[in-house]
Amino acid sequence: MELRNFRIYRGDSDGGEMMDYQTEVGKGMVVLDVIHRIQAEKANDMAVRWNCKAGKCGSCSVEINGKPKLACMTRMNEYDDDETISIRPIRSFPIMRDLVADVSWNYEQNKRIAPFKPDITKKDSNGDYHMMQKDVDRIQEFRKCIECYLCQNVCHVLRDHDKKDIFVGPRFMIRVAGLDMHPLDTEDRIPDVKDEYGSGMCNITRCCTDVCPEHIQITDNGIIPIKERVVDRYYDPIKWLTRKLMGKSK
Amino acid sequence: MDRLQYLGDVKVDISDIQVVEHDVIVLGAGGAGLRAAIECSMRGLSTGLVCKSLLGKAHTVMAEGGVAAALGNVDSRDHWKVHFRDTMRGGKFLNVWRMAELHAKEAPDRVRELEEWGAVFDRTKAGLINQRNFGGHRYPRLAHVGDRTGLEIIRTLQDHGIHQGIDVYMECTGLDFLKDGDKISGMVAMWRETGRFVIFKAKAAIVATGGGGKAWKITSNSWEYTGDGYGMAYEAGAELMDMEFTQFHPTGMVWPPSVRGTLVTESVRGEGGVLLNSDGKRFMFHNIPDRFADETAETEEETVRWLAGDRDARRPPELLTRDVVARAIRKEVKEGRGSPHGGAFLDIASKRTAEDIQRKLPSMYHQFKVLAELDITTEPMEVGPTLHYFMGGIRVDADSQMSRVPGLFACGECAAGMHGANRLGGNSLSDLLVFGKLSGEGAAKYIEGMTSEPMVDDNQIRSIIRDATDILNRESGENPYLLHEEMEDLMQNCVGIVRTEELLMEGIEGLGKLKESYGKVKASGASQFNPGWHEAIALRNLLITSEAVANAALIRQESRGAHTRVDYPGEQNEWLQYNVVLSKGEDGAMKSEKIERPAPNTELDRIANLSIEEIEAEVTAES
Repeated sequence: MELRNFRIYRGDSDGGEMMDYQTEVGKGMVVLDVIHRIQAEKANDMAVRWNCKAGKCGSCSVEINGKPKLACMTRMNEYDDDETISIRPIRSFPIMRDLVADVSWNYEQNKRIAPFKPDITKKDSNGDYHMMQKDVDRIQEFRKCIECYLCQNVCHVLRDHDKKDIFVGPRFMIRVAGLDMHPLDTEDRIPDVKDEYGSGMCNITRCCTDVCPEHIQITDNGIIPIKERVVDRYYDPIKWLTRKLMGKSK
Repeated sequence: MDRLQYLGDVKVDISDIQVVEHDVIVLGAGGAGLRAAIECSMRGLSTGLVCKSLLGKAHTVMAEGGVAAALGNVDSRDHWKVHFRDTMRGGKFLNVWRMAELHAKEAPDRVRELEEWGAVFDRTKAGLINQRNFGGHRYPRLAHVGDRTGLEIIRTLQDHGIHQGIDVYMECTGLDFLKDGDKISGMVAMWRETGRFVIFKAKAAIVATGGGGKAWKITSNSWEYTGDGYGMAYEAGAELMDMEFTQFHPTGMVWPPSVRGTLVTESVRGEGGVLLNSDGKRFMFHNIPDRFADETAETEEETVRWLAGDRDARRPPELLTRDVVARAIRKEVKEGRGSPHGGAFLDIASKRTAEDIQRKLPSMYHQFKVLAELDITTEPMEVGPTLHYFMGGIRVDADSQMSRVPGLFACGECAAGMHGANRLGGNSLSDLLVFGKLSGEGAAKYIEGMTSEPMVDDNQIRSIIRDATDILNRESGENPYLLHEEMEDLMQNCVGIVRTEELLMEGIEGLGKLKESYGKVKASGASQFNPGWHEAIALRNLLITSEAVANAALIRQESRGAHTRVDYPGEQNEWLQYNVVLSKGEDGAMKSEKIERPAPNTELDRIANLSIEEIEAEVTAES
């Protein structure tokens, strides 16, 4: 055990400040353990959101020394012994209290996306659908998402430009990608991707991909293919002409 | 924002409190609660779903291995009868027969339905839902997605549910139910962010709050697992049953200390992982109970053939039921053959290629790499038992899922009966789907048959709110965190994996003292997002849960499934006739009773007692 220094944000929607704390750090501890120890010893009312403590639920997203991370999967031995560790709530969303941010906006975005609509004619007589593993590999990658919203937190469009009214953010771009690439899905979401979800806002800086704790290739495997589908639909001159002449189809 | 709205206000004024009205409220938004809410909503009920965390974060995400259903996609010999038989044998025949039957019959349809709602399971070569082996299941039966099946299920239910017109109340803690006479009429809850109260008026309530693992020190459960449903249902007059059966999962992490208890999925063993002691011996070969001897491999050579897919080879002993494996690991450690940090070695590295391990067990690979700095593709893990699951819970009717309190339903882990004395891995995800749906149906039928609308009683509301605010208003008192720690130590030491009368008496006495201290518990700070206050509120339920477990464990004088009494070794036939049922007596004290079980249906009794050859012949003839 050794004594280490921490600076943790304390405050609410009206404002707050970084407060200094000291606590002992033992072998194998992660940042969330430190937060809990300070909470139990010195600050019973310090708010932090967490659940599984194993990187599976995506609740404990915070910014540690400026880097967006899951507190439960960030080990203390990543930092130098004499380094002061600062912990702040994620910044793209309003602060509720201390380390807890109000992420309800994300839940509203999810609701706007048309749900899965399978082609029920593809069911066999036993009621089973047939899909090959290679055809679902790529959507399974997106379904690893634990909704920690770290990608939403670093997306320039949401963070720096606060364009939450016109872009749903990387989390929901891959949600759409997962539905659109599903072998059984019949819903056409491409018009909404362009007009409602704001696919054009993403300028592919890959910051979202960099912070994803599940290592999902958000940009390359999700957002870019979806942007291409929009381009194919709306900006391919031959397809545009065909559509004008023949009428629209998916 | 007036954060001190209710503080220092002895006469609680309830006229300003938010009131929400629904036909049914569902408490808990893991798999069971979500599936129940979807069913209620599909049946035209106005449905409110109340959860302590954000939606989609509940403990279901921690379920890794898969969902058990006799789809027969990998081994066509599978059949509901075999699944039922496995479940009864795993539960040491204490399961509610009808629940095990309903579960085995309906699980395949519930899994197919998830696929219809967008779940993407791993596939077989033929393109069907893939199924894997698991402890106690005769055939590969667990539909899965790598080792993150729970996440897939909760996300599927969440993404489907949000389009069904369900109103979701996130980060909202249920405090107690309201009743009109003997019937449920609603619930008082508290918004965790603001500390403000909310009154839910409802004709029925479905409890789906999971278990109470946070009463123990070493547990795979998160902070949410404080037995809220047990405490609230108990206070509302419902009975708790089979509480002595607490499952210790054999493989939790043991090192480093801060992750002690975190789950290591049984899929590691399902994919061929073996357990070794410090001598490098596969000790499970010496721990095979007679009941399973005919169906378990005798040599390492046979397990190699089994792993290679030989249908005549029998299952490795590492895949015996969880109670058996957990006790065996404990014995090795106790007799000085444990790993350096007091567990056993779990080795998959020498059984599978690194590529296989990363593909089949990606989150285990990641979890050990980050949290223990250990590469499971080259080194063995250290594992030991961790409190994981409650077989017992709220006593309900098998078909409707209603408790003895009219309008109060329960499903998933917090309901009793389905798993008997020990749950098979994979049967909890199927349980929450099957009985989540049935509880929704049950609530809908109950509401349909109502003749008058139940009313909420202001005095009940005031009293619930006063109990909660007293914790903040006291000048000084006991620290809730320290009380919780004391309870964890007590339960770990006295009501652990191996129990004796002496230890249990010590535990009950200690809990009595903790209850007294709890009467003086004090949380500092204001009511806004105050973890100390939340902890103190949850402690009441955790104390009721612990008391129920300890009392039931004292009464059951035998060892069966997850309940091990060293002073009463072995299963006693006489005890197969009884469940231990706990309820709140008229004097306010906990009442414990031995209640005789109804005789099993003869057909089910016959199926459960067939030999494996007989049942295989029977289902082959049927198909």
